[in-house]
Amino acid sequence: MSTDLRGEKQLRRRRRIWTYTAMTALAAFFLFPLVFMFVSSLKPDGQILSDVSSLRAFLPVGDISLDNYAGVFDRVPVARFLFNSVLVTVLVVGLGLVVNSMAGFALSRLRWRGRGLVLALVIATLIVPFETIAVPMVYWVSQLPTLVWEDGLLKYDFGWLNSYHVQIVPFIANAFSIFLFTQYFSTIPKSLDEAARIDGAGWFTIYRRIIVPLAGPAFATVAILTFLPAWNQYLWPLMVVQQEELRPVMVGMQYFFQLNTAWGEVMAYTSLITLPVLVVFLSFQRAFVSSVAASGVKG
Amino acid sequence: MNRGSLAKILSVSALGALALTACGQAGQGGTTSDDGRVQLTMWTHSAGNPAELEVYEQIVKDFNASQDEYEVVEESFPQGAYNDAIVAAAAADDLPCLLDMDGPIVPNWAWAGYIQPLDLPTEITDSLLPTAVGSYQDEIYSAGYWDAALGVIARRSVLEDNNIRIPTVDEPWTIDEFDDALGTLKEAGYDTPLDIGAEDAGEWWSYAYSPMLQSAGGDLIDRDTMLSAEGALNGPEAVEFFTWFQDAFAKGWTSNGGTIGNEEFNNDEVALSYTGMWNALDAVKAAGDDVLFLPPPDFGDGPKIGGASWQWGISSTCESPEGARAYLEFSFQDEYITAFSDKQVVIPATEAATAASEHFGPEGKLKPFVELSQEFAVPRPETPAYPVISSTFEKAAKDIMNGADVQSTLDGAVQEIDTNIASNDGYGF
Repeated sequence: MSTDLRGEKQLRRRRRIWTYTAMTALAAFFLFPLVFMFVSSLKPDGQILSDVSSLRAFLPVGDISLDNYAGVFDRVPVARFLFNSVLVTVLVVGLGLVVNSMAGFALSRLRWRGRGLVLALVIATLIVPFETIAVPMVYWVSQLPTLVWEDGLLKYDFGWLNSYHVQIVPFIANAFSIFLFTQYFSTIPKSLDEAARIDGAGWFTIYRRIIVPLAGPAFATVAILTFLPAWNQYLWPLMVVQQEELRPVMVGMQYFFQLNTAWGEVMAYTSLITLPVLVVFLSFQRAFVSSVAASGVKG
Repeated sequence: MNRGSLAKILSVSALGALALTACGQAGQGGTTSDDGRVQLTMWTHSAGNPAELEVYEQIVKDFNASQDEYEVVEESFPQGAYNDAIVAAAAADDLPCLLDMDGPIVPNWAWAGYIQPLDLPTEITDSLLPTAVGSYQDEIYSAGYWDAALGVIARRSVLEDNNIRIPTVDEPWTIDEFDDALGTLKEAGYDTPLDIGAEDAGEWWSYAYSPMLQSAGGDLIDRDTMLSAEGALNGPEAVEFFTWFQDAFAKGWTSNGGTIGNEEFNNDEVALSYTGMWNALDAVKAAGDDVLFLPPPDFGDGPKIGGASWQWGISSTCESPEGARAYLEFSFQDEYITAFSDKQVVIPATEAATAASEHFGPEGKLKPFVELSQEFAVPRPETPAYPVISSTFEKAAKDIMNGADVQSTLDGAVQEIDTNIASNDGYGF
């Protein structure tokens, strides 16, 4: 009996060692690109290229300095681009949570004619790649009415190009977010609505006081899923924003690809613009894992 | 979430959106400046290139200071994203008055109606290198401050040690001599003796390798009609050149590995580097007085290199073309052209600016490139079909490099180009 127990213990220990070895290898596999990026950001171009064929690529050895970071700040208005991306991302995510959850609520809880058709149309838009409608959208936003502050007066004008709102508004309503909210809200028992109705609550109160507090994982999932595309926006701002002071970080990447690429500066810049994403992810790691587990959605 | 916090989120979001609507547009401005001058928007591809931007900013500053009628407002874009930005702006009818463009794209943008005839005084356009002027249907649409040139960079000591003749502009290597030199250098220990930059992508392929095709007697298109590539891109001369091209990779004389740039030559890992003069100063730094700038080999019809770099034009929607012309006339001063040359390491487009240039003047280390440009530069075909020709050429050349059958690959490329031209009614030819 004791031999059996010892054998089982050994087996369990061996399994654990294998599990941890596999997990460490997997973690290293996913971490290597980040380590390579941070380490290379400290090396001159020549050394990056000569180190790339050996393990030195992942080690801060050789001619290490912060010169590439200085070069980045000379070449690109990093702080401005970071500010723009943070502003656009926060507003796209924040306004998206409000608008899409309300749409999801209307589609899942309210009874109205054409509800199924509208949901089907919303879902159908998911199969249209953004690139195919980008150019018509550019024309469209260039014709939209807007408010202009001129000579101390708020005036009406046309054209959304070269603005923050042209980078935000088209991405607030999001078909996938609406679908996700709709699905999640459908799992909340309808009896809660009915009880609230009997107590005299209106639909907005039910949304605000009952549904929203119960849909934490759905909100967390949507926030995470909309954060990354908003942060990574490239094509759209490239097409609609001509002023440098309104550009986001991803358009800034192109600044480094001249006739010869400044690889050290590319690595320094990508390190700088990856940091906020890492900070957000690490801060919300627990919520992220629990929301994935709860909603069954992977990014 | 309580009632107060949701109300706060909604009101802050609404106010934020409203404020952004206003402040975003505030930067767009009108067509006149505060002091009543007509504003001319100007887009460059120079973002991320502080040396080039510095000269542009100086020109704009000087022009604006000299003017009481016009004011130029400059916006710069990163080069890799520039053409997409222009196409999007054209779709939105939002092109700037002044815009720069890569030489080969000029006919396409003229045909598409993006730009209008330049109408600069002939004393300006006549003073420029022919490859610094962009035309379509015999009309000038663009003009540039500089041109670029390619050549073969080598070390004198390496050639002399291996008994390889040093070629000159008057007596370049024949293709047989070049082949012998590559074989000798390979035997001397260079794994791949020649770097031709095949690891690069995009326009580089047409810019760098179509002149070799022209040197062999072929071309990208029949330039007399501009209506077909038949015979030019798939004739016996083209097949002969591309067979050589394929063999050069198969024999290990060159490769598509390595890094974009000239690192391999600077580290003496390759003996010869077919590259642009933008890599020449680093080569001088690496090899000192041992460095040589040589003409490319003669494949039969004399050496050829690509011509035309970035040039300036006026959009067809510019409401003040006379102001745009005033700016361009002002900008084509030799001192600015020399400044571009000194800071950017580019060949000045005028003789006077060349004489004053630090790198390309009489005492300049890169002077041989001026001669290469003057003697051997060939413009890429001045047709709106060029973007299609270029991308088709790149795809075919890469397939051949990877071992595809030469004749059938070229026939396929010709068919693709001809079909595109036919479906666009000949692009005006």
